[in-house]
Amino acid sequence: MTDLPPTSEKKLGLVIDLDTCVGCHACVVSCKGWNTENYGAPLSDMDAYGAAPSGTFLNRVHSYEVQPDRGHAQTVHFPKSCLHCEDAPCVTVCPTGASYKRAEDGIVLVNESACIGCGLCAWACPYGARELDAAEGVMKKCTLCVDRIYNDNLPEEDRVPACVRTCPAGARHFGDLGDPDSDVSQLVAQRGGMDLMPEQGTRPVNKYLPPRPRDTWQEVDILAPLLAPVAQESKGFLGWLDKALERLPGSGAQTSDQDPTQHRETN
Amino acid sequence: MHPAPSVILFTVLSGLGFGLLAFLGFGFPDVSGWVAFTYFFVAYALAVGGLLASTFHLGNPQRAIRAFSQWRSSWLSREAWLSLLALLTMGGYGLGVIFLDIQIATLGWTGAALSLCTVFATSMIYGQLKTVPRWNHWLTSAHFLALSVTGGALLAGQIILATVLLLLTGLLQISVWTQGDRRFAQRGHTLGTATGLGDRGSLRMFEPPHTGTNYLLQELVYVVGRKHALKVRTIALFLMSVLPAALLLFLPVVHLAAGLAVLSHLVGVIASRWLFFAEAEHVVGLYYGKR
Repeated sequence: MTDLPPTSEKKLGLVIDLDTCVGCHACVVSCKGWNTENYGAPLSDMDAYGAAPSGTFLNRVHSYEVQPDRGHAQTVHFPKSCLHCEDAPCVTVCPTGASYKRAEDGIVLVNESACIGCGLCAWACPYGARELDAAEGVMKKCTLCVDRIYNDNLPEEDRVPACVRTCPAGARHFGDLGDPDSDVSQLVAQRGGMDLMPEQGTRPVNKYLPPRPRDTWQEVDILAPLLAPVAQESKGFLGWLDKALERLPGSGAQTSDQDPTQHRETN
Repeated sequence: MHPAPSVILFTVLSGLGFGLLAFLGFGFPDVSGWVAFTYFFVAYALAVGGLLASTFHLGNPQRAIRAFSQWRSSWLSREAWLSLLALLTMGGYGLGVIFLDIQIATLGWTGAALSLCTVFATSMIYGQLKTVPRWNHWLTSAHFLALSVTGGALLAGQIILATVLLLLTGLLQISVWTQGDRRFAQRGHTLGTATGLGDRGSLRMFEPPHTGTNYLLQELVYVVGRKHALKVRTIALFLMSVLPAALLLFLPVVHLAAGLAVLSHLVGVIASRWLFFAEAEHVVGLYYGKR
């Protein structure tokens, strides 16, 4: 049934750190790599080597530029995939029951053998998380690598979504957002994790950590104290020599606070 | 949104067909025998033809039967059931009218109500989508129903009623356009809310995720032809409302006037429905810097 299940206690999802993401697209590549040869139909490419290539992706990285009122513009790399919404509009619109949300862990999946490829779920998703595969005619979306995270045949460190496993910047975190004590929930609480387009009322499980404020740049010259003149006034022999030389004619070019000509006049 | 010809034909033709079936169900025009057969044939050709056209845009039409399963939650599924029930009920009523010359009023009224419910369900497939603010309003249902009833009156030869409805639907169409133009802004969806970065300064797309196009851009971020929107609106309004009303009012030969009015109305509604899709802005366009 495409009725949404009662809110699951376990809410598996991703936390994406917009502060740390460097926009390398490694998650895009690893996602396509894993998901094109595992769960469901492959992620096809059309005209891959031609003039207008396009293809199915479950994860895409956008880049935005923020220009604050003061200071420099900032580039924010923005990975976007299915947010596994608690109130998922893509599920309820499905006429065949192919689109469903799992009661046990909240993952939103597509049963491809029941999908007629009408595309209505992609229309209902505000985030562009669903793409109809042009070769198979079925809807493709992020499965949260459901075939990795519960896979006992994989080493334990690999039992996370491919995008999380591959991220070289540590910008992607996977865990149970239904458990307030989980690492991901703690991270969201500490960093003020946010929902995308909250006014759509979809209540996404995935959270985004906003970029942290930049460090302020204060001009500090650490060599300045060392460069100050050490001997302000000469003493002893050097002091006598200095004064004696100054009295000689032709010492006008010497750097001195006082004009030597004036000095002579006052004497 | 991408104005797929199959979906335009589906909504326009089935809308007209179920509109005519509704009038036939209520007993207008009061006919029997071969004349009734002709009316029912036209209605079924339009309704069934439209429904068949809707399967052309499916990725896997061979599984279309599965669309009947989720009537509890999905408007698309409800539309499938309502259309089937309407066609069956009106089929029973039609057989009585054509072959036995008896009108089973209960059956007719039920069939008429089911026909209008079908059109309402079709409108809700679009009207339910919060992601397309232009559609997400009761005006969408009013618009679909009004066009269906108007077309039905026209096809059923209810000249006076059709003339009035043509003009009223024209006014409704203007309201749908002008109010729809403002709704995206009213809903407050911006790149700022889409990314959550709105309160940090002015925001713009720096780089799209891929240099090429994709399904989302082709299906949901259709922008071709927008620059001609005002011209197409004018043509659509003229053909679907003004010209057919004028023909019915001023052309003395009733059958010729009605025939021309139907043709003009049909082309006008197709233009209006093309705009319905082509002008609809999906919020995902925000992520691509296209809104």
